[in-house]
Amino acid sequence: MARMKFLVDAERCIECNGCVTACKNENEVPWGVNRRRVVTINDGVVGAEKSISVACMHCSDAPCMAVCPVDCFYKTEDGVVLHDKDLCIGCGYCFYACPFGAPQFPQAGAFGLRGKMDKCTFCAGGPEADRSDAEFKKYGRNRLAEGKLPACAEMCSTKALLGGDGDVIADIYRERVLRRGKGSEVWGWGTAYGPGKTGAQPAAGGKS
Amino acid sequence: MRRTALGAALGAAIFLAGCGEEQQVTVYKQGKYQGKPDTQSWSNAPPAEQLRGSTWAKGDRGSWESAINQRAMGQHEDRRIYQQ
Repeated sequence: MARMKFLVDAERCIECNGCVTACKNENEVPWGVNRRRVVTINDGVVGAEKSISVACMHCSDAPCMAVCPVDCFYKTEDGVVLHDKDLCIGCGYCFYACPFGAPQFPQAGAFGLRGKMDKCTFCAGGPEADRSDAEFKKYGRNRLAEGKLPACAEMCSTKALLGGDGDVIADIYRERVLRRGKGSEVWGWGTAYGPGKTGAQPAAGGKS
Repeated sequence: MRRTALGAALGAAIFLAGCGEEQQVTVYKQGKYQGKPDTQSWSNAPPAEQLRGSTWAKGDRGSWESAINQRAMGQHEDRRIYQQ
């Protein structure tokens, strides 16, 4: 049973912004809205600079769904968090609740008026009929209904950004880490719950 | 007697009304659809050959998932390059 997820390999991301461009092009995202963006830490510091591509992570227990006052969010059977723009009132609660800053609001008019929320759909469209013009105009392309994966992940030149069923992409990443011999710290037990021994440091080259 | 029982039942209904508060947090169960009306990806027939990424049997979730997973494995360059 699929559970759609993104996985970003900070060891591979070269900050090319290809994923951002692919997303904007595929979904014809309006000016001022970035469903996906690349975040870089330690910018310019040799050996310490790392980048990751961030968008909606389609949380299993999504805080945006919990705080929405009009309950416009829903989750598909394959775990994609979507929303209904016909219900959204543009209040911005989801933006404050989201730890990734995924919800975006187009400037719909003068005086900072906010439009309806827009976010990554995992290229799965919205409640309108799949692959219809109405769905494309509101939510962008429905690639899952075309048997494809999100454009950002498929476009990634270094395959730093993986998208698909969580089990499948975790297997890909695990095999990659074993092959290169480092990087398991970013997804392993140690990262989630700390090192096994008190005061122990993570492996050299890995994330703390 | 009847009036007393009716009054007691009414009082109990008012007294217990607060216990009927509904859970306001969405609890997602994996694989269960609990949202708004929407068509699932596998409910559609695959589009024309030049537009589709992979093919599946309309309405068959298993075949759609295996098609998507097979496509996801295309992201595994080690397997794609070295193990063919």
